[in-house]
Amino acid sequence: MSIFADESTRLLVQGITGREGSFHSRQMLEYGTQVVGGVTPGKGGQVFGGKVPVFNTVAEAAAATGANASVIYVPPMAAAAAIIEAADAGIRLVVCITEGIPVMHMSRTVPFVRARDVRLIGPNCPGLISPGARAKIGIIPGNICMPGRVGLVSRSGTLTYEVVNHLTRNDIGQSTCVGIGGDPIIGTDFIECLRAFEEDPGTDAIVMLGEIGGTDEQNAAEFVRTRVTKPVVGFIAGQTAPRGRRMGHAGAIISGSSGTAEEKLAAFEAAGIGVMRRPVDVVGLLKARL
Amino acid sequence: MNIHEYQARALLKAQGIPTLDGDVASTPTEAEAIARRLGGPVVIKAQVHAGGRGKAGGVRLVRSPGEALDHASEILGMKIKGLTVQKVLVVPAAEIASESYLGLIMDRETQRPVFMVSAAGGVDIEEVAAKTPEKIMRLAVDPTYGVFPHQALSLAFSLYRDFAQVKAAAKIVEQLYAAFVANGASLAEINPLVTTPDGRVLALDAKIVIDDNELFWRPDLGLLRDDTAEEPSEAAARRANLTFIKLDGNVGCVVNGAGLAMATMDLVKYYGGEPANFLDIGGSSNPEKVINALKIITSDPAVKAILFNIFGGITRTDDVANGIVAATRQFKVDVPIVIRLTGTNETEAIRILEGVGMRALSDMDQAVEQVVKLARGAA
Repeated sequence: MSIFADESTRLLVQGITGREGSFHSRQMLEYGTQVVGGVTPGKGGQVFGGKVPVFNTVAEAAAATGANASVIYVPPMAAAAAIIEAADAGIRLVVCITEGIPVMHMSRTVPFVRARDVRLIGPNCPGLISPGARAKIGIIPGNICMPGRVGLVSRSGTLTYEVVNHLTRNDIGQSTCVGIGGDPIIGTDFIECLRAFEEDPGTDAIVMLGEIGGTDEQNAAEFVRTRVTKPVVGFIAGQTAPRGRRMGHAGAIISGSSGTAEEKLAAFEAAGIGVMRRPVDVVGLLKARL
Repeated sequence: MNIHEYQARALLKAQGIPTLDGDVASTPTEAEAIARRLGGPVVIKAQVHAGGRGKAGGVRLVRSPGEALDHASEILGMKIKGLTVQKVLVVPAAEIASESYLGLIMDRETQRPVFMVSAAGGVDIEEVAAKTPEKIMRLAVDPTYGVFPHQALSLAFSLYRDFAQVKAAAKIVEQLYAAFVANGASLAEINPLVTTPDGRVLALDAKIVIDDNELFWRPDLGLLRDDTAEEPSEAAARRANLTFIKLDGNVGCVVNGAGLAMATMDLVKYYGGEPANFLDIGGSSNPEKVINALKIITSDPAVKAILFNIFGGITRTDDVANGIVAATRQFKVDVPIVIRLTGTNETEAIRILEGVGMRALSDMDQAVEQVVKLARGAA
């Protein structure tokens, strides 16, 4: 079992003919994901990789393929419009990998997808992977994952890989790993992922990888305290980050005195979340709780 | 991206927001000429990307063009929070009846632009927010529609009783929103918004922070950047498309991915070291990036050892290895380098490094412990 992506996921790739889109489409196909179509305006009628039909619009692609999910690899200036197009075409799950979308674009886009009850993951995220279902949407390397019963949700990319790698090497498989994105405005937050993992019968424990900036982790900790029965362990990156500086991710910034690692770790501890001081601690903390 | 007050003032003026006359000067004689043109007492304000300019002596009231010359020569070249003042803004000294705060930020919680308005102006708004949050009125704007007239009015009514001033302030609220959108801002702030004894409402200061993500398609905004206000190593990194932030420690860090880069710095600290920088080489595996990264890090004399921490997903570790080898051929690196790499093409990467007598570790903790020890030994 898994969350958000499973055997029934039929995926479109927006930007399939681009450099990033084509590379990752091949990787997703190789992993076993059902990539049923691609979208690049002006390239409708082409066939990608010998078997994936390319369409001019998402609506056309959805009608022809029965797709229920879409992943976006288009440049930042067109990415918000691509999210809106997918939601408008009735796609239920939209995953936006693109980094660098102006925050004002996202401020207009998130309410649009919410009003249509569409799940948006990202932007500026590595996507998600459900190893048991061979469903990979995005760029998380499939070879470091293994099927299992731990759910992982993270604001980052390579830090996720680091932690997943520790899990897999210690025979702790994953139900789903979700990267929710490093931007200040994202479609799906920690709480929504925690709720889904709590409800998923295929998940026994949850790993949360947060970072400095904002209050999402603090709110999530309160949610864990009151609503999550499964064991949760967590990490906060950026304990040594200076205030007021954007640490790579647009959302990783301590504004004034709020959004510090100390504040978030204190919230984790108060909620009974097992605090990882180092990425490798995930193994011991989970083993003690499973 | 931060811009200077005189630049933000121009962006507000372009939307019609009333400000004082005045101009920016780079030399004392220019400041004197502006003061002469304005006539009467003027205020000279240091233009630096730092708060607390007044306390640092960077804002002065002077009575004559001659005094303007003297004080401008003191302020120009002065250091405020480590930043050298290159320009001053010269404006007429305004008589002030009241000071308020009017700000607009992109708010993460509501995911919308949010106005913050307070009659307690002219002071640090963060302090007001922390100590007396009831003194701040907040209003979230739906970015699909923008700020509505009744919303602008209600904000203005929270500041003033006189209806002429309310109407003037409401107009400024709408103009501030227009400036925010037109310039891809993540923050736009007037502190203080003042009333004068003759009843006018004026913006006496201006601050705008531009969303870095807007710069890709708005080169006009990029022109507002002041390179001299940046740490030179950070400016060099930005030109090389690297995300780099200089810190005070002695362990240089080269990492792929922002989250892992932060976690690496934290681990350096965990094992008793101090990171010298944050550096994310990004997802692409261009060896040129590695060369530039090493150049920037080794230019910091405080760096006593360097750590590469690469988790190859999209990034190919063999490309990084090639970059390291190419860099060490191009220029001499005098400090020890510890390399941790794992993931995509690691066997090839290890072979490349061993070919020039370098070793690679696969475990992050082991690599960090080692680099911390080396930095300490060399210190």
